[in-house]
Amino acid sequence: MNDFILVIQDMLDTVGIDFKLNIIVEYLPFFLRGTLITIGVSLAGIFIGMVLGLFIGMGKMAKSWIIKLPFVWYVNFFRGTPLLVQLFIIHFAVMPSGSSTIASLIVTLSLNSAAYVAEIFRAGIKSIDRGQAEAAHSLGMNKVQVMRYVVLPQASKRMIPPLGNEFIVLLKDSSLGAIIAAPELLYWGRAATGQYYRVWEPYLTVALIYLMLTLSLTYVLNYVERRLDTE
Amino acid sequence: MISVKNLKKSFGKLEVLKDISIDIHPQEVVVVIGPSGSGKSTFLRCLNLIESITEGHVYIEGVDLTDKKTDINNIRTEVGMVFQQFNLFPHKTVLENIVLPMMVVRKWNKADSKEKAYALLEKVGLSDKADVYPDSLSGGQKQRVAIARALGMEPKIMLFDEPTSALDPEMVGEVLEVMKQLAKEGMTMVVVTHEMGFAREVGDRVVFMDEGVLVEENEPSELFGNPQNERTQAFLSKIL
Ligand SMILES: Nc1ncnc2c1ncn2[C@@H]1O[C@H](COP(=O)(O)OP(=O)(O)O)[C@@H](O)[C@H]1O
Ligand SMILES: [Mg+2]
Repeated sequence: MNDFILVIQDMLDTVGIDFKLNIIVEYLPFFLRGTLITIGVSLAGIFIGMVLGLFIGMGKMAKSWIIKLPFVWYVNFFRGTPLLVQLFIIHFAVMPSGSSTIASLIVTLSLNSAAYVAEIFRAGIKSIDRGQAEAAHSLGMNKVQVMRYVVLPQASKRMIPPLGNEFIVLLKDSSLGAIIAAPELLYWGRAATGQYYRVWEPYLTVALIYLMLTLSLTYVLNYVERRLDTE
Repeated sequence: MISVKNLKKSFGKLEVLKDISIDIHPQEVVVVIGPSGSGKSTFLRCLNLIESITEGHVYIEGVDLTDKKTDINNIRTEVGMVFQQFNLFPHKTVLENIVLPMMVVRKWNKADSKEKAYALLEKVGLSDKADVYPDSLSGGQKQRVAIARALGMEPKIMLFDEPTSALDPEMVGEVLEVMKQLAKEGMTMVVVTHEMGFAREVGDRVVFMDEGVLVEENEPSELFGNPQNERTQAFLSKIL
């Protein structure tokens, strides 16, 4: 392995490319650990975001405007302000001082994605033809039954592609955690840069890892979508 | 069976039903005709409260639908409805479409529900389609499944809102045939349709509706042969 890297390094040197592979090799364990944290934080964020988002989406669909109002403004706030600002507010103001940066990052990503999921959820339900609910009601089903057996099974299929996109966005956005020193992937890129005063090696590696993550996700999503289409 | 008293319905400022009163008797087949936009669908939809009632009363077997204490879901099982656009559940097979409300609403067990569903499919001539999805059916077949699904609740009344209007002409007959059979068996039916042949043959009474008002009603032969009101005459001269 080491020999292989040395050979490549030789080749880079002879063509005159100033690129130090040993930095990447040295930081690889940290990059991998950061990648795991990036994945974990994103999974936690999308999962909590989905649970919260369902709830907020339902709140937004309430008939009474007074019930609707807080949910509407929740969504407005989290979609209408920069994620970085939200992260600062949550990390430095909302969370108790001394709490972990990873916790702050998860909380921020969850609250933020909940706003987007709420909209996805609402749009999914709205996209189901009104005749479906009417037919179900005309058969004597109550509201909960109509949702559970008729509307949600159809809406959830349509929600999968946008939810997948939201997950990809969230995974990339988790890199903002580097700014509050949450030890995710980009954080270790910055650490390497700080130590060696080198830019290309760490950041290119980090970018490639993100790309691998998002491309595999896209691939999985396309596969799921195709499966749903043929059903 | 159904008693409508001074029913009014508005959408915002638009008054769609203006003071409608009519009694529909057990085993009667009432056909509602009238120009598009006259409020026929809205009228039917008020009979099972899919559309809220602005003013007046609808009684189904003596129970007032506008009474807050009325269990509307219970009433709806007694009043089946068939829509122009079929509204089958696309994520369920034909059999599941019929079985689902049986189990969920009537709380019948799976075996009983399936048995009843197969019997209904047999009745509408679609036994061989039990396990396919609605997507693969023709319009006429879809509508027959929709009728079977509504019948599955064992309703006392059936409402039909232009059940053949979305169908290719060659499929109209098969759906009307099922409806005729139902009428013969003594089902109480309110049918909005443009099929005048059906109205003549099956209807006990034809009601002409225009601009939210019941303009004229009579036996089919009388209403078609000898319309009294100018608006009825004008409408019939256009479509007959
Ligand atoms: N949900 C609704 N909101 C507002 N207006 C409606 C709604 N449903 C029907 N209308 C209006 O009510 C009138 C009667 O409609 P409808 O009952 O569908 O007539 P028909 O079935 O006789 O064609 C029309 O002018 C229609 O535009
Ligand atoms: Mg209509």
